[in-house]
Amino acid sequence: MIAEFGHYALVLALGLALIQSIVPVLGARLRDDTLMGVAAPAALAQFAFVAASFAALTACYVGSDFSVVNVYENSHSAMPLIYKFTSVWGNHEGSMLLWVLILALFGALVAAFGRNLPSTLKANVLAVQSWIAAAFYLFILVTSNPFLRLPQAPFEGRDLNPILQDFGLAVHPPFLYLGYVGFSISFSFAVAALIEGRIDAAWARWVRPWTLAAWMFLTIGIAMGSYWAYYELGWGGFWFWDPVENASLMPWLAGTALLHSAVVMEKRNALKVWTILLSILAFSLSLIGTFLVRSGVLTSVHTFASDPTRGVFILAILVLFIGGSLALYAWRAPMLKQGGLFAPISREGALVLNNLLLTAACATVFFGTLYPLALEAFNGEKISVGAPFFNMTFGPIFILLILALPLGPLLPWKRADLLGVAQRLIGAAALAIIAIATTFAVTSGGPVLAPFGIGLAVFAMAGALTDLVERLSLFKSPLAISLARARGLPRSAWGTTLAHFGLGVSLLGIVCASTWGSERIVSLKPGATVSISSYDLSFNGIVQRQGANYRELTANFTVRQGGSVIATMEPAKRSFGTRQMTTTEAALLTRGFDQLYLSLGDVEQNGSIAIRLYHKPLVLLIWLGAVVMFIGGGLSLSDRRLRIGAPKPARRPAEKPAMQPAE
Amino acid sequence: MTRKQRRLTLIGGSLGVLALAIGLVLYALSGSIVFFNSPTDLAEKKIAPGTAIRLGGIVQPGSVQKGQNLAIRFEVTDGNRSVPVAFTGILPDLFREGQGVVTEGKVDANGLFVATSVLAKHDEKYVPKEVADALKKQGHFIENNEKKK
Repeated sequence: MIAEFGHYALVLALGLALIQSIVPVLGARLRDDTLMGVAAPAALAQFAFVAASFAALTACYVGSDFSVVNVYENSHSAMPLIYKFTSVWGNHEGSMLLWVLILALFGALVAAFGRNLPSTLKANVLAVQSWIAAAFYLFILVTSNPFLRLPQAPFEGRDLNPILQDFGLAVHPPFLYLGYVGFSISFSFAVAALIEGRIDAAWARWVRPWTLAAWMFLTIGIAMGSYWAYYELGWGGFWFWDPVENASLMPWLAGTALLHSAVVMEKRNALKVWTILLSILAFSLSLIGTFLVRSGVLTSVHTFASDPTRGVFILAILVLFIGGSLALYAWRAPMLKQGGLFAPISREGALVLNNLLLTAACATVFFGTLYPLALEAFNGEKISVGAPFFNMTFGPIFILLILALPLGPLLPWKRADLLGVAQRLIGAAALAIIAIATTFAVTSGGPVLAPFGIGLAVFAMAGALTDLVERLSLFKSPLAISLARARGLPRSAWGTTLAHFGLGVSLLGIVCASTWGSERIVSLKPGATVSISSYDLSFNGIVQRQGANYRELTANFTVRQGGSVIATMEPAKRSFGTRQMTTTEAALLTRGFDQLYLSLGDVEQNGSIAIRLYHKPLVLLIWLGAVVMFIGGGLSLSDRRLRIGAPKPARRPAEKPAMQPAE
Repeated sequence: MTRKQRRLTLIGGSLGVLALAIGLVLYALSGSIVFFNSPTDLAEKKIAPGTAIRLGGIVQPGSVQKGQNLAIRFEVTDGNRSVPVAFTGILPDLFREGQGVVTEGKVDANGLFVATSVLAKHDEKYVPKEVADALKKQGHFIENNEKKK
């Protein structure tokens, strides 16, 4: 009964979405408040129905109702409770339901908190949001219904893919989807602006908090996915340039660009048309990501068993929304009032450079991800484009970006003195040079580029702090004055500093872990010892254990440093009976920001084992940097200016005609 | 600066970044992409020893031999031809005889494929797409053996 209830709720949500797709747009056209007023309650009700549907599926999972195909295929009665919750989205159908749940959530949030939006804009935004929602409800109901029943209920389920039986599944997909789907709001705002044919600085102010929130979640979602892959897959790598990772990186790059161009638009009323385009692109890239992952055209960890009809359906959605919005853009954008031009050396100029570099970086990732597909379609050649390609293309562009990063916040709006700003960065540059020299001195004979990587990271971090130090007049005035200034500083300034600082932190982690990390692959007999970096690990033997729904083979190691025991590590192999699969559970030992990583290979008959052992210096900084960026975004989001929202409509000219062609 | 000059700077800057990106992509494409081959392709295309390629197929049942110090030998087949592969290290959890596999490495002068990495995908029902296509070409792939419904 519960499954049918969920199914029915989803159908009702589709019905509501269809109403919400049409009525508010008509209302905005006819300037009819009653028709426009349909949008907000419809969006709230839509969310309620999708939430009910999602809750129903969750109830099926938690209650292990194996008469539901989806539950039968992805759950097992012996699974720990937390995985019964998370396996709801550990499969294609359920993850699409999570996708629309978040889509409806964002729609409901706009409906609930968008009180100060002009009524026509709000009606159009919610209608556009509902077009997307309707398309995806239809997709779920037609091709990926999670509520279908089996004629005869089996006694036991086929278990969730063991790789996914991890806490990572509880956090990575929801946060990533909050990011992906969050960009739907910027998209809806952009399309609504194109429909209305009017766009101004206030528009940017309304869009920014949503973009910022989506960006924060995407940042943390990508970072958590990276950490999960790092410890679960047993290769010790944190980024593989896998097509699906790229699919999440592209919206992040476009979203980061959007975040910055929206600032220019809000402050200087420039770059309007470009900002609209970026809003469309950011969400389009999210959709392409969904298509790449869900259609089965690419193969990766994230591919669930695929069905060609789904691919075609998502492709149709893709063509409809990306093609439609770009066509609308081509038609309406020239009618929008152009913003002013500005001097190249200025804050605006720096932000344009940021946008150019970010979109260029995004384009290279896009090319590298899709080129193999295109080539195969043309002449059947199968190629793989891997890390070397991306390091060679994405790498240099990002280096330029990070070099320019500290300059931006120091440049004043309108026009600036580049030399003066460069002088203010002398301190940061000096620190960077010291860092490079020190690294060269300490690590003789290492790769030549790595010390410069360190220098770049230090420059980014010190450069980010420079602005803060100056504004607080730290080290120049008494501490009390600096503290008073710190309190007075807008939170968005702290946010910028932290977000830029976080990027430097991540870079430092990436450079250190990939340059000075050491790796050993050895075969060990019980009682043998292996050394890596300053650690000695002795292998004590193997223990068998029984887990909830798996059997575990655990190797016990004692870790010593300088002769004294500091820890024990227990890497394991788990075999899951139902799916006949084994997973490798790496053991991690954290020392400061460094990690010792131990993963188990084959266990031989004679009791000897193969192990893979890594020492990764400062590896935790990679993800901590993302956390710092997330916090920076949060501070910015909590800034008074964004919380209070746009200036009151009274300050803007009274009622204008909806269409306003450019002069 | 006049309005025209400003516009020109903007356009110039954009074109500069675009040119940089295109240049990097073209340069990277010439050196860092790897072609996928089935054992039959390997024999027919006469790929020069020392070229980095990907080799994919099914691990020939009964061919896996483990030697000292994590050295492993196995054969990759597409049903038509098979190629001996040497690899040193730890195989992925899903590496099994009779299952699909993709390896990356180089052919040496004796026709032995020396693999630097071995990928087996993360689902027991799953056959890598490249491998499935290569097998289909040889007429050995049973369609739908992975489909559920």
